[in-house]
Amino acid sequence: MAAVAALAAVLVSAAVALIFFYVPTDADQGFSQRIFYLHVPVALTAYACFGWGAWKALRHLWKREPGADLESYVAIHQGVIFGTLTLVTGSLWAKISWGHWWLWSESQLVLFLVLFLFYGAYFMLRYSVEPGPARANMCAVYALFGVVLIPISFLAIRLANQLIHPVVFTLQGPQMAGSMFLTFCVSLAGMLALAATLYNVELAGKRLDARLRELRELLA
Amino acid sequence: MILAITSAEAKYVAAAYGVVFLAILVYVLIIALKLARLEREVGELADRLRDRPAVEAKRREKVTVG
Repeated sequence: MAAVAALAAVLVSAAVALIFFYVPTDADQGFSQRIFYLHVPVALTAYACFGWGAWKALRHLWKREPGADLESYVAIHQGVIFGTLTLVTGSLWAKISWGHWWLWSESQLVLFLVLFLFYGAYFMLRYSVEPGPARANMCAVYALFGVVLIPISFLAIRLANQLIHPVVFTLQGPQMAGSMFLTFCVSLAGMLALAATLYNVELAGKRLDARLRELRELLA
Repeated sequence: MILAITSAEAKYVAAAYGVVFLAILVYVLIIALKLARLEREVGELADRLRDRPAVEAKRREKVTVG
């Protein structure tokens, strides 16, 4: 865990340095385009967390892997945190670029909001059922249903025709300069390492909490 | 290289980065508080275990054997 945390610190620091001191200013959007290096990696990290949560849910249902339910829950919790940051940073970027905080006509935005709200409701389900195998199964099924929304949300921008949300990654590759792509890659790697660190820390805390509860019951 | 930065643009960029930084800070703070609570609970459990032999000894009554 310490190695991942150190890697996250190095990569995030490098990304911030590259964003503000190395990468050229975008000719079209100007200085505000620098939000791209934060917003897109945060959004992709949210997708990765939801995907990981769904994978762990599948492991729980399929292999009955011990601890997979807790891992799925923590991953979805991380996904919701990164999802919130995606919505906030996206709104700030939209306001400066398009003049609007939010556009309901943009399917990419709306689909991401649907995905976010879907996984937000996961916690309502989880905390409305008594802990036990039934809750773990219900939550796993719910987490698996949500994963369907990830490719839809990701591809919506490419499938729709009239959009003002920019498309940077196409079948022809990344539509940006090499220095911009390098900065983006470092930022994405940093965000994924940060998410992995937070995931491991939260998971360790939850496991310790469960062990302590068990120990308290044994001593009672 | 940073070119043609308008104050409005800089404000929004600073807000975006600031929100993410603040969120991570709050998250770490919450985790730190949780770890402090867990540490306290471990201490309480250790104290209970340490006191246990004394309590058990008090509970025992002297009985004649045979």
